[in-house]
Amino acid sequence: MSDATMAHGHEGAHRGAPHGWRRWLFSTNHKDIGTLYLVVALVMLLLGGAMSLLIRAELFMPGIQLLQPDVYYNLVTNHALIMVFGAVMPAAAGMANWMIPMMIGAQDMALPRMNNTSFWFLVAAAVMLVISMVVPFLPGGGTMVNTGWTLYPPLSVQVGMSMDFLIFTVHLLGISSILASINIIVTLVNCRAPGMTLMKMPIFCWSWLVTAFLLILIMPPFAGGVTMLLFDRHFGTSFFNAAGGGDPQLFQHFFWFFGHPEVYVLLLPSMGILGQIIPTFARKPLFGYHSTWGAMVAIGAIGMLVWAHHQYTTGLSLGAVTYFMIGTILISIPVGLLVFNYIATMWRGAMTFETPMLFAIGILVMFSFGGLTGIMVAVVPGDIQYHDSYFVVAHFHYALISGSLLGLYAGTFYWLPKWTGHMYDEKLGKIFFWLVVIGHNLTFFPQHFLGLAGMPRRVVDYNVIFTEFNMISSIGAFIFGAAHLVFLYVIVKTVRGGAKASDQVWEGAGGLEWTLPSPPPFHTFTTPPAPASVNAIWDASR
Amino acid sequence: MRGWRQPKKLAQFLAIMVLLGLAGLTRAEYGINFPEPATPGARDIYDIHMRTMTIAAVLLVIVIGFISYSVYAHRKSRGAIPDQNFHKGWFGRWSWVLVPALVLGVDLTISGAAERVLESLWLVPKDKDMMEVKVTGHQWWWEYEYLDQGVRLESRYTPEDKAGDQYLRDVDQRLVLPTLTKIRFLHTSADVNHSFWVPELGFKKDAIAGYITETWAVIDKEGVYRGQCAHLCGTWHARMPIVVEAISPEKFNAWVAEQKTKVAAAQAESASGKVWSKEELMEKGRNAYNKNCAACHQLDGRGLAPAFPPLIAGAPYSAPANLSKPLEERGFLKDGKIVLGPVAKHIDIIVNGIPDTSMQAWKQLTNLEIAAIVTYERNAFNNNTGEVVQMADVEKVRGAKATAAAR
Repeated sequence: MSDATMAHGHEGAHRGAPHGWRRWLFSTNHKDIGTLYLVVALVMLLLGGAMSLLIRAELFMPGIQLLQPDVYYNLVTNHALIMVFGAVMPAAAGMANWMIPMMIGAQDMALPRMNNTSFWFLVAAAVMLVISMVVPFLPGGGTMVNTGWTLYPPLSVQVGMSMDFLIFTVHLLGISSILASINIIVTLVNCRAPGMTLMKMPIFCWSWLVTAFLLILIMPPFAGGVTMLLFDRHFGTSFFNAAGGGDPQLFQHFFWFFGHPEVYVLLLPSMGILGQIIPTFARKPLFGYHSTWGAMVAIGAIGMLVWAHHQYTTGLSLGAVTYFMIGTILISIPVGLLVFNYIATMWRGAMTFETPMLFAIGILVMFSFGGLTGIMVAVVPGDIQYHDSYFVVAHFHYALISGSLLGLYAGTFYWLPKWTGHMYDEKLGKIFFWLVVIGHNLTFFPQHFLGLAGMPRRVVDYNVIFTEFNMISSIGAFIFGAAHLVFLYVIVKTVRGGAKASDQVWEGAGGLEWTLPSPPPFHTFTTPPAPASVNAIWDASR
Repeated sequence: MRGWRQPKKLAQFLAIMVLLGLAGLTRAEYGINFPEPATPGARDIYDIHMRTMTIAAVLLVIVIGFISYSVYAHRKSRGAIPDQNFHKGWFGRWSWVLVPALVLGVDLTISGAAERVLESLWLVPKDKDMMEVKVTGHQWWWEYEYLDQGVRLESRYTPEDKAGDQYLRDVDQRLVLPTLTKIRFLHTSADVNHSFWVPELGFKKDAIAGYITETWAVIDKEGVYRGQCAHLCGTWHARMPIVVEAISPEKFNAWVAEQKTKVAAAQAESASGKVWSKEELMEKGRNAYNKNCAACHQLDGRGLAPAFPPLIAGAPYSAPANLSKPLEERGFLKDGKIVLGPVAKHIDIIVNGIPDTSMQAWKQLTNLEIAAIVTYERNAFNNNTGEVVQMADVEKVRGAKATAAAR
């Protein structure tokens, strides 16, 4: 390593990047690791997206045309797992890696080698996940995973060896996430430039600080839950088997104690990105920095305490469902405050509508919609109808696609010029945005009606009365899928060349990261920025 | 041109209008909202649903309204000057209190209304005279036991050629229930989790193996209500419809009497010790097979690999070891092909099932039914063995098992 850095130390005054595969495999550089995360996320996004198109193709018409039921359920299960763990979380982690050190004026992440470890654990997990998906197609590979991503026993005890691969996938993911979270927390707490107090950090950094704490709190119980599942499957224990004194519902508690905060793990970084983008394009400071901060912390805290609203129909007591209902509805307070602050940031600004801002505004509308159906499903009497129907599918896709995926798209367009040094093609960016909006709404809006009319989720085949809306939904899905070809093209084109981006890139952008060249040199802030400049940036943003 | 560039609002609005328009064009029986409720509880739920949805819609309109106005008015291209001090005024200082207070008000309105109906929905009355129906989910059919009437039904999906437009919403045996009667449902499962959901009855309840969950309803409208299993339960989750037929208590009593007569007649026939001819057994066997076995093994005996093996001798069958091994042990699978194993084992599989597979124990069938089914399976589908199985053969297998158990 040191030889390579000596030999290639030509990038400015700092040590340069090592060349070849060693640069990536052994990388301890936050920018390179950020890029790696983003590339993995993009690959997994396209994989998970292709799977969703297969699902929608099967559901285009009643009857079983393309996929046998178990193959269908395998895709349903892995679509969710790949999107959550393979696409959204790594993309958010990649952005954290790239941006957090530059935003807080740190030289790198606090623990660069651990950064490398957590990334390669993620790759191992992704490989394991794909193995679990394909192993049933091999001779002697056992039955398909047909449980959905929730992996509920007793069904998951029936599944063949792919479930074991899935269980180990969860373990690897847990290690990866926890290491990455520790790194982010340590970086944010210890490596800020002099003068930048915690309450002067950019809001994206705060969103990740809350997210990192959530991850550290929720991954261990989930890993424990799937380990018990592994023991139930192979070592004769009965944690989740009533016949042996266990309780199938116990697993659901483990799963959702992880699974519900996980929703906020997916959501918060994207909300943090919006907190950077909207002030930039409104050309005025973030409205309510402290209340935005408070809202994020409150979302994290309350989000930890309401998991069983996914289990209203399992026979919980009246007291339990009442508590979980009220707790869940109360989350609308910090979320509402967040949306309010962002709208108030736009208010009386001087907005321009480049692609990141278009996404930000689209998110505020569509995520509000997903949040409001979230209040509907939080209400117990309503939910015992909505639960496990297509209404829920529509709700969480609105919440997760607009609340987290589109936020990552916004971040991609916002920071792509900084990362690559090239401006992306604005026209194509806008085409991508509109295709996404049309495709997304066409896909998921009709599913609300399907759910109310009685179509359960996770069915491979359905009665003819559900045909029309399923057709619309499938057409929308293919528009949504096609949009991503544009996305891929824009990214490749921008990486390869394009108009030179200035340091500040966006007229209204303020922050340490925008004082650096585009693209930034391999090592940045080897000398911390002066407290005066940190304070000047802070004052300008107030 | 500028108006068209207001992002989002227009697209959202158009999408909603287009979809609502399309929704209007779809069949009359199928709306865009819940079907008309058939119980007071479902009506309460419907009201809560409409109220919450209305509040949500109003809030959405407010949010979109502010965003649209801002996007229109506060754009640089119109010459807007950013107000750098907007967040420093009284509004900026106090909005963190005002907004949560407003949202809290909305939250309390929603949860207060929900709370009022929740108790009556959740707490199942403890009346002694309530009718009780035990609903057991199986992979992939429903079992209904009328605990007070002593009637037991098995309800399986109707195959597509028979069900027509009701495919996946139609069953061979409906859950017949009296109107204007307090009914307590006890939900449980024989294997994995299932969930009982009929939208008109207003609730969904999970069926969990080893546990019993309760719900209740008073159906006050006669009719046929269709639902489906709502919880993913494996391969054929989509094939677990639920059909409730609500009829007046008088008709219900008549229906119960009819069921009992049927059962008694079948038992009497079975107990008679009569020796049946092959033709009689084949005829009874076809009926019993189509009713009980065809949902999985199919009308033509081809099965649905891997979970449901074919019954045709010579048919190829490959499956994971946990499914294929029990068949080999019992002499029904050789070199990857189905063979007709010994008659006693054939009867044994039906009476006792194959543990840890989808093949349940069919103990509840009468000896006559099992004898007929075995005869049918060994002669239909071009199996043509000519073998005839009598009730006594079945009794022998049952007896052996019982003796073994007693020992």
